[in-house]
Amino acid sequence: MNMFSMCHVSCGKEHGSQVLESFPILCGSCRRHSASFSQESESEAKVDGETASDSESRTESAPLPVPADDTPEVLNRALSNLSSRWKNWWVRGILTLAMIAFFFIIIYLGPMVLMIIVMCVQIKCFHEIITIGYNVYHSYDLPWFRTLSWYFLLCVNYFFYGETVTDYFFTLVQREEPLRILSKYHRFISFTLYLIGFCMFVLSLVKKHYRLQFYMFGWTHVTLLIVVTQSHLVIHNLFEGMIWFIVPISCVICNDIMAYMFGFFFGRTPLIKLSPKKTWEGFIGGFFATVVFGLLLSYVMSGYRCFVCPVEYNNDTNSFTVDCEPSDLFRLQEYNIPGVIQSVIGWKTVRMYPFQIHSIALSTFASLIGPFGGFFASGFKRAFKIKDFANTIPGHGGIMDRFDCQYLMATFVNVYIASFIRGPNPSKLIQQFLTLRPDQQLHIFNTLQSHLIDKGMLTSAIEDE
Amino acid sequence: MLGLRHRGGCPGPGEVVALPPLEGEAAGGDHETESTSDKETDIDDRYGDLDSRIDSDIPEIPPSSDRTPEILKKALSGLSSRWKNWWIRGILTLTMISLFFLIIYMGSFMLMLLVLGIQVKCFHEIITIGYRVYHSYDLPWFRTLSWYFLLCVNYFFYGETVADYFATFVQREEQLQFLIRYHRFISFALYLAGFCMFVLSLVKKHCRLQFYMFAWTHVTLLIIVTQSHLVIQSLFEGMIWFLLPISSVICNDITAYLFGFFFGRTPLIKLSPKKTWEGFIGGFFSTVVFGFIAAYVLSKYQYFVCPVEYRSDVNSFVTECEPSELFQLQNYSLPPFLKAVLRQERVSLYPFQLHSIALSTFASLIGPFGGFFASGFKRAFKIKDFANTIPGHGGIMDRFDCQYLMATFVHVYIASFIRGPNPSKVLQQLLVLQPEHQLNIYKTLKIHLIEKGIL
Repeated sequence: MNMFSMCHVSCGKEHGSQVLESFPILCGSCRRHSASFSQESESEAKVDGETASDSESRTESAPLPVPADDTPEVLNRALSNLSSRWKNWWVRGILTLAMIAFFFIIIYLGPMVLMIIVMCVQIKCFHEIITIGYNVYHSYDLPWFRTLSWYFLLCVNYFFYGETVTDYFFTLVQREEPLRILSKYHRFISFTLYLIGFCMFVLSLVKKHYRLQFYMFGWTHVTLLIVVTQSHLVIHNLFEGMIWFIVPISCVICNDIMAYMFGFFFGRTPLIKLSPKKTWEGFIGGFFATVVFGLLLSYVMSGYRCFVCPVEYNNDTNSFTVDCEPSDLFRLQEYNIPGVIQSVIGWKTVRMYPFQIHSIALSTFASLIGPFGGFFASGFKRAFKIKDFANTIPGHGGIMDRFDCQYLMATFVNVYIASFIRGPNPSKLIQQFLTLRPDQQLHIFNTLQSHLIDKGMLTSAIEDE
Repeated sequence: MLGLRHRGGCPGPGEVVALPPLEGEAAGGDHETESTSDKETDIDDRYGDLDSRIDSDIPEIPPSSDRTPEILKKALSGLSSRWKNWWIRGILTLTMISLFFLIIYMGSFMLMLLVLGIQVKCFHEIITIGYRVYHSYDLPWFRTLSWYFLLCVNYFFYGETVADYFATFVQREEQLQFLIRYHRFISFALYLAGFCMFVLSLVKKHCRLQFYMFAWTHVTLLIIVTQSHLVIQSLFEGMIWFLLPISSVICNDITAYLFGFFFGRTPLIKLSPKKTWEGFIGGFFSTVVFGFIAAYVLSKYQYFVCPVEYRSDVNSFVTECEPSELFQLQNYSLPPFLKAVLRQERVSLYPFQLHSIALSTFASLIGPFGGFFASGFKRAFKIKDFANTIPGHGGIMDRFDCQYLMATFVHVYIASFIRGPNPSKVLQQLLVLQPEHQLNIYKTLKIHLIEKGIL
């Protein structure tokens, strides 16, 4: 790494270089006039009124060569005859189908595999965002920092998995002595682990790089906040019943595809300055298409127990089971159609699952608010001048690019379930009750008793038995 | 490249100090020498010559203004500058400590308000630093959005705590019932509104700045708001759980300073050149002793020891209860070497005093890391103090930087070692269930309690 080198076009100015020796070292003004400066960035720079240093930073802030072609050779050969635009379209299409097929296979394999996939996606997203941070701040050489970022990821995951595992595997955990101790002092252990990371960070502060280190620390924590908490909410939803996992994700994917299609065929009015390709026609068309899709999908899925039942861990067979009596939400009921639609369709009543009504709410959120997650990610990419988060999926960009709309959805579904669908888990409450002190138990019992008597569920007569 | 921006807009990567915007001028050749830098070079040196520009750039917050009241200045005008500074610090310290005692006397509700006030002020200080660093006074909407997010997160946390502790009060009012039941949904909707406003307010020129301020706001919220709510939860556990940790940290600060002043020789850490090993170790021992004695004194009074409860009949907070075993004198047999020293077979201690040793140890050994973190932060952003609220001491954040880790530690400690799950939370969840479920649980509980002989 050169500290200082002379500008290659020898305008005579000194400038600092950065890590990558593969990029020609040019100062800004020389780069403008230099022939090696790519046409695209130059014209863009002139159009946007960016300074030379802007475009310089853009090129240099992407050591991942953005135009590299990761497409497998097979595809390349097969599509070599088509023009570039159609080739791109075909590559995207094929990869989309491949991802959807992959999704179905994973669903077939069961909740455990789904959990593992969610965790892998989380790790990859974290890696992508942290790599962007490193590129932006040129902080490859910060002492310890890579280790610390991964360490924090591990700590936060340990904390969250500990909380979930304790909830859902309560009986298993109580049986094994080491697990029981780990779960009893879980918060303390997680806090200690986090604290060790914090102290290591403080001890690793180096005079020259204070600000960079604080930035990376902040960057890591915001990324953890976004990526890890959401992925754990996704897993909570999954345990509620696989349908709560599949329907929201499919709605977001469907909205993406439908909005793209509608925009492609009918798009005229731009939607938002941030993403010039989005149009109002795509937005509204996507909304209606997603609601219809959500209704149909929930109708199909509500019929199957394996999707509808909460995932439970069976102690006897030591595996996950999805076997239960479907709740009221998943039993067909008769609904009266309002007069307006009656005249259109000609039916008096319709048989629907109550869940389909909820699916309308979920699809609406996915179409109206989900895109804001996409705009946020677009703004982020624009702010840091990157085209894609990474280059993992040919034609699509990184994993984050695929999942950016999903993040708000995961939180929404969790909050929706907690507020409207289920209350607290009764068996869990009983377990918590049993760990309290006797006087606290008595107090709660008495309060519950007076509450039930107030509500008329209990009469004092029964109590005197 | 770490280039300087001349539009006052998005700074380059890693470069947050921008020169004042030059109208319509693109980066010319002669800015290249200043605009080029490298993580290898001494960033401090390069920022050094820009410091004067930062300060003169921002006339609204003059960091070196003297806010000492006139009275004090006149009284101390005779002394030399060093002693004068010492006296000012001393007087302000005593003032703050007396204010602290006064608020304790006034009760838990005032303490809650005080914690809330401090939280808002700390948030304000850190956000102001962010504005200064990024010169983002003119960002559209951003001040509003930061305060809005603070409001949302506070609403969420207060809703969770208030619902727990005021369960009886809340049951009575219908509107509050509705708010509690859908609390998470309402908080999420509020937060989402802020998020969407942020996305809609993204302006092309200032994208990066806006993202930085967004992240800055969120990290600040994460640190400050969550910790202040943990403090309030510890407070509800019993005022002693609030007083003892805070006093231990303050005592450690003061005694480490005094030990360092009189005996200090070996520097402790490069970050804070004034700290010494002698101060650190001396502070540790004195804090443990102080904690031990303070725990002994405070454990006697019900006022400090009992969990804070809200009584609906009296419509106020009461702290009256039967002190738990933690706060009842017990006899401990001394280990042999202490026996020889003190010449006593047994000693009566409150079990809480043993816990206080753990708390004081944390306050002395790990608490200072919070201080080093804040020192590193101040160094990184080249500020001397967080703000200038308290003459001689700096801002509120300067006083409270060591407290943050302590608050979380106390909460985790209580949750792991002292008490089990929160009974009011269990009750609240019970009351939310469907009546049929409640009836089933009631029957199960009744059987259980009769078995145990409690009923």
